[in-house]
Parts: sequence; structure tokens; C-alpha cells
Amino acid sequence: MKVLVYPPNSMILSDLVERGGHEAVVLMKEISKHVRDAEIDAPPINITEEDLKRALRYVSVEEPAGLKGRIGLLAPLLEKAEASIILSDAPPTFGCMGCAVADEFFKFLIRKREIPTLEVKYEGGEKMEEMVSEITEFLERLSREEKKG
Amino acid sequence: MTKVAQISCGTEYSGIQWMLNDIAEQVGIELVYPEMELSKVELACKEIGFEAESPSLNMMIARAVSMLDDPTIKGALLLTCFKCSEGTIVKDTIRKYLHEKTDIPIILYSNVEKPKEIEIFSRLEALKTLIARKTLLMREKQEGTTIGVDSGSSTTKAVVMRDDEIVGEGWLPTTDPIKSADDAIEAALKEAGIPEKEVDAIGVTGHGRELVSEHVKADLSLEEVSVVSKGAALLSKRHKGDATVIDIGGMNNKLILMRDGIANTFNLGGICGGSSGRFLEVAAHRLDVDISKLGQLAMKSKVKKGEEEFELQSYCMVFGIQSLVVALASGVKREDVAAAACRSVATQVYENQIREMEVRPPVIFVGGVSLVEGVKREFEDMLGVEIIVPPYSQHAGAVGIATLVSGV
Repeated sequence: MKVLVYPPNSMILSDLVERGGHEAVVLMKEISKHVRDAEIDAPPINITEEDLKRALRYVSVEEPAGLKGRIGLLAPLLEKAEASIILSDAPPTFGCMGCAVADEFFKFLIRKREIPTLEVKYEGGEKMEEMVSEITEFLERLSREEKKG
Repeated sequence: MTKVAQISCGTEYSGIQWMLNDIAEQVGIELVYPEMELSKVELACKEIGFEAESPSLNMMIARAVSMLDDPTIKGALLLTCFKCSEGTIVKDTIRKYLHEKTDIPIILYSNVEKPKEIEIFSRLEALKTLIARKTLLMREKQEGTTIGVDSGSSTTKAVVMRDDEIVGEGWLPTTDPIKSADDAIEAALKEAGIPEKEVDAIGVTGHGRELVSEHVKADLSLEEVSVVSKGAALLSKRHKGDATVIDIGGMNNKLILMRDGIANTFNLGGICGGSSGRFLEVAAHRLDVDISKLGQLAMKSKVKKGEEEFELQSYCMVFGIQSLVVALASGVKREDVAAAACRSVATQVYENQIREMEVRPPVIFVGGVSLVEGVKREFEDMLGVEIIVPPYSQHAGAVGIATLVSGV
């Protein structure tokens, strides 16, 4: 299954999804397309006019440019996701989009898609294992459901 | 290349970083991003006293704090998205913090995804002047005989100065920038009674400076922000301490915060006729009064603040003038309409420029519109401070460049 993770650039969540036998839907892959696209003559993360136009499917034209750019970049992830894992309260170093409003809005958009979603709170220290187990169980459940068809 | 710190929350997401880089290179600026360890972000937020909800804004705060450790950085560009309230708060908090800690020039910009190149170019060009020409800008006195030309978008001004005195002036509408400059210089020299061969140097500023400076073989050509602020300081004799300059010309406006007679932060209005002299010219025409008398007519209005019968908004000149005509037709007195026109220009400048920064008294009002008394009164009502309109306020740019060129 294609599993979208939030924060969308979390290497740890991405790794957990891949280990669980699923395809991680993450921002790094989207950005890598920008990097490899010979038509884009700009720094790697620099969003394009197409990204901004794509954002208009989700946000109004009045929204700040940076929010539109972030949502435009994230929109393809949202559209291809078949399941998702939302990790809340993670420290910025765990992964984030930098803009609190974009973060909140993207979580809202994921929930609105009504795909199987696990919402889990980030726990540091000893509780980290419990958090990882919860994610692993969710991924196993997805595998079972996928086999059932 | 002059090193300028770009302190922003992620302009790459707005799709404008390439434009910033291109323009910076054109004006000789190297944009750098002050480095800091992630573990220092929290400490930096404590240092400034503000912690934002957005991690990128906290990173922006940390970059600002980190910038102070790099003595090779000579200026700062603070950027957040237009319409982002949290970003605006952080940007302004950082500006105030940097002003307390350093005297490097700082510019603010609220970016949209498709900014006009000229908007960014004019800001970065002014920043570059303020850094590279700092010694020249410290000049407080004009020496010898010099000419200053301000080739504006609406009018061309020229002054002849001798030993720190204005001895001749010329002020004409800009048609062909070169011809208008020639005519203004000729008028100023005639009034001064000084032959051209006695002029030691000539300086040019304003929108048409490139064309005009080449034509008159100028000894100095500088952008308007640094020159107008210098002119305002000279005309009002405010060379020390803080001051705010409001410059409203025929087609645009500027708000400049100065320290010791040199601009250190500024905000430029877009080219909008509604917040400039152009709107007042059209209003004066409809009121059948000469523009030079519009301010006096507005001063006759007895309507008290907060009791205005109608509001005029000049964000769209067409609708603004339509409201004016309707008001006249419905019996509103001419003087009240004139006052409303002045208020509308002052309000637009307040909403677009002043509100984004603070006002540091004394406030010096220059540019052609400073001669319209009604606008001065509206600013005084709005800001609650006395507004200084120095003599020759319409010539601030020309006086500034005439003084600066005497030091070249």
C-alpha cells in the first residue's frame, strides 16, 4: 500500500513503512523529481509555478505564498496516498514543513481523505518503543487488509 | 560583492529565491544564510523573547541572532510571506532586536509568489548604496557649487547649491526625462545667476537617473532612498538621533527610518497613483482648484475627526474619483471633499507603509505632496505627532544629491 507519513519528510517513519512492506509516500521523492527535472533551472526545493497552481485546488488564492508553495508540493502525496500515519507533537528535527499553518492544514487534508489513518503522539525516551510498536501493528493490519483484497 | 544576510522562513517555498539571487548578483550583493546549530534555536528564541509556532520562524530568529557573530555581514534582508500574521510579528521583532544590537541597514519585504522585479531591485539597490556609500552618506554639509537633479516619475527637480545654501531651483513636469532635466537645470542656473562653467559637480537621482546622468555626464548617480533621506536630514537639520521620513511624490511613496541622518530601514510603496500626488491632482481638477491650493481648501473643512460625513478611498482612483463626484452632487462641501481626498492618501500610506514599521519622531515629510497642507494635517491626526515639513521639502532628492556630489 502507498502509505503517506506525516511529518512528510520524516526519514524514521519512511523507513518504518518500507520495513513494513509498504511504499512510503514522502516529500523527499517529490523533491527528487524537481532535482532531476532538467526543465527546472532553480535550487532543488524551489517550487515552480505548476506547484503553486496545484495548491489552488486546496487553498484560496489569498493564502500566503509560502503556504501555497508547501501545499502545492505536498498535494501529489496526498492524492496518491492509500493510507497514512500522522505523528503529532514531533520535534522539528524529526521532520516538518516549517510553517505551522501548512502543517495543520496538511493534517486536515489527510483526515478529509478518509483513508485508513493512524494518529499517534510522538513520545520520546522509554515510550518510543510503544510508539514504534503501534506503527508496526498498523502497518501489519494494512498488509492483512491488502491480502484480503 | 557585499555580504547581506537573507533572514527568511523559506522563500524557496514561495518560488522567488531564484529572483532574489539574480537581482542580488546584478546589484553586487552576495546573499548569505547565517549558520547556526539546531540546538541553538531555543536559546535564540529566549534571547529575543519570542517563540513562534512555526519552526521555520524560530529558525529565522536563530539566524538573526547568529548573524551578529559574523562581522563580514554588512546588511540584512528580512523576508516573510505577505499576509502571514505570525511571520510579520517575527519579522518586526527581529528588526527591532537587530536595531538595538547593530547599526547595519535592514530592509523588510513581504513576498508574494510573483513579485515585480523592480520592487526587489529597488530595495536591494538602496541597501547596497547604504552599505557601500556609508562614508559619503555621513556628509552633513554641501561645499562649493553643485547641481542636484531629481528626475522623478511625475516631475523633475533641479537645485543649484553654493556653500550649503540653495541659490536656484527648477521644478517642471517630467515629459522627456532628458529635456525636462535640461530645462530644470537651466531654470535653476538662471535663478542662481551662475554660469554653468562655475559648477563643480552634478549629481542625479530619481527614476530617470540612468538616462539623465549619462546625458549630463553626472559625477554621481544614486538611487532615491539614501538620497531623499539625506535631503530630508539636511533640510530639517536633523543629523543626529532617530527620525522618520515620509516621502510622497507624484507617483509613489517611501517610508524611511533614519539614524544619524542615514536611512537604516525603509519601506517602499508600489507605483500606485492612489497613494500619491496623482490622486490629489485628479481630485483637484474635479474640484476645479489648482493643486497648489487643494491643501488650503482642505484646511477650511470644519468636520471633526471621527465625524466625517463620507469616506473617500483612493485604492482605486476611478472609484475614488467617482465617490468624490457623487459626494459633490449630494451637497457635501468642497472643502470637506478636499479634506477627504487628503485623508484618503494619508490613510493608504499609513495602511501600506507606516503600519508595517514604527514611527520614530521627529517625522519629516518631504516630496511634492508635503506641500499639500491637508495631507500633513491628516498625518498629524493619524499619528498623533507633529509633522515637520522643512523648506524646499519638494526638493529633498535634489538637495540630497547636490550635497552628496560635493563630497565625491
